[in-house]
Formats: sequence, C-alpha cells, structure tokens
Amino acid sequence: MSTLNEKITEEIRSQAERLLSSGEVAAFLGYEAGSLPMTARPFVARKPEDVSRLVWNSFCVLNLSNYLPSLLKSFEPQRRPGEPPPEGPLPKVGVIATGCWSRNIVVQIKENQVDRERVVIVGIPSRGMVSSRKVKDLVNNREILKVIEEDHNLKVSGSDFDQEINRWDVVRDNCLTCVHPDPVIYDILIGNPSGERQVSDRFEQVNDIEAKTHEERWEWFTEAFSACVRCYACRNVCPLCYCPTCFVDDSRPQWVGKSTDQTDTLLFHILRAYHCAGRCTDCGSCESACPVGIPMRLLTKKLNKDVLEMYQSEAGMSLDEPLPLTTYNPADPQGFVLTERSEKGGGKS
Amino acid sequence: MGTTSDKKWEPKIVAFLCNWCSYAGADLAGVSRFQYPPNIRIIRLPCSGRVSANMILDALRSGADGVLVSGCHPGDCHYISGNLFARRRFALLTNLLEFVGIEPGRVNFSWISASEAEQFAQVVKEVTETVRKLGPSTRLVKRIG
Repeated sequence: MSTLNEKITEEIRSQAERLLSSGEVAAFLGYEAGSLPMTARPFVARKPEDVSRLVWNSFCVLNLSNYLPSLLKSFEPQRRPGEPPPEGPLPKVGVIATGCWSRNIVVQIKENQVDRERVVIVGIPSRGMVSSRKVKDLVNNREILKVIEEDHNLKVSGSDFDQEINRWDVVRDNCLTCVHPDPVIYDILIGNPSGERQVSDRFEQVNDIEAKTHEERWEWFTEAFSACVRCYACRNVCPLCYCPTCFVDDSRPQWVGKSTDQTDTLLFHILRAYHCAGRCTDCGSCESACPVGIPMRLLTKKLNKDVLEMYQSEAGMSLDEPLPLTTYNPADPQGFVLTERSEKGGGKS
Repeated sequence: MGTTSDKKWEPKIVAFLCNWCSYAGADLAGVSRFQYPPNIRIIRLPCSGRVSANMILDALRSGADGVLVSGCHPGDCHYISGNLFARRRFALLTNLLEFVGIEPGRVNFSWISASEAEQFAQVVKEVTETVRKLGPSTRLVKRIG
C-alpha cells in the first residue's frame, strides 16, 4: 500500500516525463530529496531521465514560484534594455503549485514577472507542510536521523529513540490557518481539490498581539526579532522579492543600516513586510527558511488582515482583479487621517 | 536629544507636505500670520503619493520625534489620484507601525488644501501637542556610538 505522497510523487514524475519528452516544456521545476531528514530542495529537471529525482512530501516548504521568473528568463536570449523580446514562442517551464504557490504565480503574472503562456502549472491541493522546527521541539531537540512519512503520522527516529508523531500536530502555523489549499490556476491537477478549508479564526495570532498595549507590542517586537542575523534568507526565498536591487542593498540613500543593530534589524523587518502588503499569500517560506526562528510571518499576516478588512482583497485569488495597492476606491477608509477624525468619530481605520 | 525632564526639550517634527495643497496651505498660514508651533521641519514633495514608507521610517530613525504627512483632499490631487493611492499605503503603514509598537501619534496624516491655512495651523498645534505628550522618540531611533 503506497502512501498519498508516494502516489503524488509517481504522478508528478509521469507528468514531468511526458512534458519533458514531448518537448512541451524545456524544464520542470519540482523538488528532490534533501541530504538531511526533513528537507526537500527545489530541483529543475531538464531531461526526461531527471524526473526520477522528483519527490513530493510534507517538507516541501519553500515556495517554488520564487524560482520561476529567473528560470523563465534563463531561456530567453540575452538582450539589451529596451530591445524588444524575440519573436516567436519561447520555451515553456513546468512547475508544481499548491494553493499559495499558485496564488504567487497569479501575483507574478499580474506584476509582469511571469508570462502565463510560458508556464505549465501542475496543481496539487495542499495538505499542509510540516515545520521541521516543531518536530525537533517534540523530540526535545535530539538529533533526528530518519523520518518516515505516512499519511497521518511521522515516524521519527534517532540513535536512541523512536517516536511516532501525528502529522497535524507539527504542520506549520500558516498551513493550520490556511483557507485556500487548492491551486487557483493550473493546467494539470493531481489529486482531488479539497475545497475551502474552514478555520475558526485565521487571524487569531494577529488579534492576540493587537489586543496588547503599545508598550507590550514593542516589547514583543523587539524581543521576537532581536535574534535576526540579517542573513536575508526570508527575502531570498520570497517569490515577491525580485527587485534587481533590494532596498537593504541601496547605499545612496541608505534606507536601512547594514549592521545587526536593533534599529536596523527592526526597520528591515518592517519594510520587508510592508513591501509584501497586498501581495503576500502567507506561504510561510520566510519562516521556514529562517535559521533563528523569527516569526516574521505575523507582520505580513497583519497586513493581509488589514488588506482584507479595508479593501476586501486577498492576494492572487484572481487574474482580473488589480493588486490592492495599484488601485483605489474613493470611499476607502481614512479614519487614521487627522483632518477626517472629527467627522468620522475618531475611529481607527 | 534631551529627556522629558529636560525643560529645553522641544519635539522635532518632520512634515512631508505636497507642493500643491498642504505646502501652499502652510505658505498661506505664514502670509496670514497664523501662529503655530515652530516645531515642524517642512520637506516639500510633489505629491503625497511621493511619500514612501522609507522616508517616514528614515525620519524616525534619524531621531525625529514625530512625522506629519499632508496632502490634498481626496479628489483634489493635482495628479488626479496620487493621494488616493497614497491613502491605501498610509493606512497599511500606520496600522503596521502600531502593530509593532510604535506609539499612536508618532506618525500622523492629514489632508489640507491650499486655502486651509487655519486648519494647517490647527493640525500642527495638534500634532505638536500629541508628540510633546509622548515625549522624545526612542523606538526605531538609531543611536550611533
């Protein structure tokens, strides 16, 4: 009896082989097994023989759409700025997409980073990905040598222990509160869509922080983010961060200092989150990639909540709807504006 | 930077004003001899849509005790919709800054037209008083040395 993930892996391999050998795509973006337990690394299959390396499991935590714009660009002939793109169709790329990743592809299409015509999206309804940090905590940080994944359990073993863990207990926080596990756009679908998930309150973590006073929130913020080593892994794994020069690398003007001084670190995190406003799909790559476990996802989650409440918009849900910060409504809430307060009764927007 | 106990401490407030409405409003306030606190340092910009989060945070980082961003009333923008786009960005930024624990009242926004000199003086008074009550800014201020 093969597990769900083994069936999906088989299906991915056969689809990738078909796409590659028919020449429909020049490359297929998926995952291969990592060299350590509980890791999977992004992998580009370029030949039909490569597809046997593709895998699917609960540790595919990095967002594949992050690699899509550069992979597509690698198949374009080099041209000078302003030179028109070459005529005729360019090679296509196949990519695996779960709910959040497909929404990121939608955002990239809307931001002209990805050409819909050039991607073949293999959609997989997500069952939630596992946080390796949570697993390590459950086994008291002992060294894990092997993890066998079954449909609902993880068999974790080390040199001096064997433990069975319920998969759902170690699923990442963003997956626990995810309401859109199914891909929004796809060309091929593997598995059955699971429909909208019911979550009692997906902004619970954000609400808890909002309920604090500003002194408590500042204390929480400085404490939770002070461990940052400014490795920029959160930025590098983010499919929204494709600027040729990031604001942290600007030196004239230098918006953010490059040291691990507290102010510099906090400013970096505020601005990083702010740049994702209205675009973040809460895929959780940033938190998964963080070497020191900073909860930077809460900042983008807060922005997602505000965008949903104020502008009734969720990132990447449709190709037609404009991105919330590239449009406006004359009736947008403005209770935060001083000169509008007396008329509106002083409420916070 | 002094402390609240230091009697000489006066709040320093950076004001980003749009060229077409608020800056002209400030000009009119001056021409009309309206009194308002001398705590603001005005930076003139083409439009409130030109104000980016970087600028506001840079002001705080450099030790400003408060920030005021002011533009045309929605619908009156010289560039038709610059302030309407900006309004969305400001709403999200102000909420995010409060979420991370920046005191409400450090960063302020207003719409002031070129003819509203009195309102301009009023807003500056209000902002200066709010910031004075909050005391010198400490959060997000970068201290060198």
